[in-house]
Amino acid sequence: MTASDTASPRATLRTTIFGLSAVGVAAYLVVTAAMFAAVVWQLNRGFAADVLETLSAEVRTLTAIAETEDAEALRRTVQRLSRGANTRLYFLAAADGSKLAGNLVNLPPKLAPGGAGGIFPYSFAAGPDSGQRYAAGLAVQLSEGGRLIVARDVEDQRQLIWWLRVLALAGFGIIVLGGLGLGWLASRSVLSRVDTMSEATRRIMAGELAGRLPIEGSGDEFDRLSESVNAMLARIEDLMHGLKEVSDNIAHDLKTPVNRLRHRAEATLRTAKTPGELSAGLGQTIEAADEIIKTFNALLLIARLEAGAIEETKATVALAPVLADAAELYEPVAEEAGLKLIAEDLADVSIKANRHLIGQAVINLIDNAIKYGRQSDGLEANERPGMQASGTSPKIEIALRQVNGRAVITVADNGPGISAKDRARATERFVRLDKSRSLPGTGLGLSLVAAVARLHGGELRLEDNAPGLRAVLTLPV
Amino acid sequence: MRVLIIEDDSETATFLVKALKESGHTAEWAADGITGLELAREGAFDVLLVDRMLPELDGLSVIQTLRKEGNQTPVLVLSALGEVDDRVRGLKAGGDDYLTKPYAYAELLARVEALSRRTIPGEQATRIVVGDLVLDRLSHAVTRAGEQIALQPREYRLLEYLMKHAGQVVTRTMLLENVWDYHFDPQTNVIDVHVSRLRAKIDKAFDKPLIHTVRGAGYVVRDSE
Repeated sequence: MTASDTASPRATLRTTIFGLSAVGVAAYLVVTAAMFAAVVWQLNRGFAADVLETLSAEVRTLTAIAETEDAEALRRTVQRLSRGANTRLYFLAAADGSKLAGNLVNLPPKLAPGGAGGIFPYSFAAGPDSGQRYAAGLAVQLSEGGRLIVARDVEDQRQLIWWLRVLALAGFGIIVLGGLGLGWLASRSVLSRVDTMSEATRRIMAGELAGRLPIEGSGDEFDRLSESVNAMLARIEDLMHGLKEVSDNIAHDLKTPVNRLRHRAEATLRTAKTPGELSAGLGQTIEAADEIIKTFNALLLIARLEAGAIEETKATVALAPVLADAAELYEPVAEEAGLKLIAEDLADVSIKANRHLIGQAVINLIDNAIKYGRQSDGLEANERPGMQASGTSPKIEIALRQVNGRAVITVADNGPGISAKDRARATERFVRLDKSRSLPGTGLGLSLVAAVARLHGGELRLEDNAPGLRAVLTLPV
Repeated sequence: MRVLIIEDDSETATFLVKALKESGHTAEWAADGITGLELAREGAFDVLLVDRMLPELDGLSVIQTLRKEGNQTPVLVLSALGEVDDRVRGLKAGGDDYLTKPYAYAELLARVEALSRRTIPGEQATRIVVGDLVLDRLSHAVTRAGEQIALQPREYRLLEYLMKHAGQVVTRTMLLENVWDYHFDPQTNVIDVHVSRLRAKIDKAFDKPLIHTVRGAGYVVRDSE
């Protein structure tokens, strides 16, 4: 779809809003037309019944006069009645059909002998408005052979109903035009919002990842939709950044070990003379390859964790055994490094989590504590002067507590610690603080812990243990 | 031992066939799932190496089909997908062990040999004996040359696993998975320290060491040099 045809009349006609207003108008028309027809029908019926009753009464009175007195009395009465009012119409005919009295000019064909009565047009003889009007009449055959017609002018009622019809039709017209017009305007406005959004979407798809859908600030449904979409776009942008960072880092940081691997292989090829030297060189090459694989796996795991798709692997995990197991695994390594590993303060806390990931996170924290707890100045921990002066023995303490509905895992050492500036950087990918360059490892340990924490809705903080470093892993229960 | 390799990458397969032959085994190669399934059905293999992503029929379906048909040949699943849930899926489908690519050949060989052992009924023995070292699986007592050796629970499980696979190379990762139930590689040599502690108890006081280090692979418990 190009920008030019989105605002076209055809596009407007195809919108949901326009369709809905058209259907609404049609439904409204059907209902009101039915109601109106019922009203008119009822009115007609009412008028007809009224007129019929009045006419019947009058016919009865007049025939009574003819019977109790004589035809002449009837003729006089009819003549008298014909004189004044112009809505009451009479026609008295003799047996031969000639007019005896009455204000009707001639005998309406409908009421001629044989006719029962009904609506008929008549012309008003006298007066300026001598146009044709309608009247309703009854005809009776008089006993001596004459014929009496009594009628009422119904032009006013007819006018009323005619006006009603005209008004209704006009109303319908207004409803149709107004409804469709409003629908048209509404869909134009909706369409223009949608077009703006599509335009923004196209720009984002074209690569402008920082682009967002416009928000008008009215808080309407489009703003709400735009807000959700924008939140999604922000997340996507984050992920894309993450991905870009990962690939940048892979490119950057894997070059070093790949280069090292190449150097080792080249050096072996150049210098190794004996089979023993050759196999030692190849062994080193394989070790370098393994190191690359480890880094690669760690990177992929972090990237996967940051994409956040482990919901289905979560289960209720008691944390204390996880910590105790990790401590048990690392206790000999810590001891070798001259550190006492203490994991006694473990509360009974269970959380919804992926046990393997939590285990790995805890192990990374302990691994980190052992690495940084013992080294910085080339001295084993127990040889460090500060340690002896303060009288504390080098140790790593692992604790688990429940604080404000959150599980708090702390892994604290009393080694040299890291500066406040470095603490913030330490959880970033590949950040290996200068002091640790000589240590084995991928530099991904803490960023993995941070990713695991985020994935479980928690966080990793590095704090000053005065002295030493305290890693605090907080996870929601 | 006869090994069937179901793997679509010909270079990997050629390398594995050659390496397994050098290690004293015979190996055959199937390049897709259907061919692999047909060969495996003939039933003459001790271990199957199955790649997860295969043309025609994926690896897990091959394993599921075999298991449904009652074929119990041990299967080592090879995969580039190495996350915990991928592993669980592989084992659920009927795989006996799971190895993530890229792997070291020593790791693969150790696992293949460990798997072939599974079919030997000695697995459930109540007493395991290697030289003068005796491990009683009922009383959890360990003696060497008649002398009682006190072990921590984890040390006992470590020794039990090593002795169950006596004569076979057991890698650090296998120990980490089977003794500690961790499915990742820690960056430190944690396993080495545990083994050296165990060694101090088992071998130190005796002339002849039973726990041997295999360079570039892992450990082996055996009675001879």
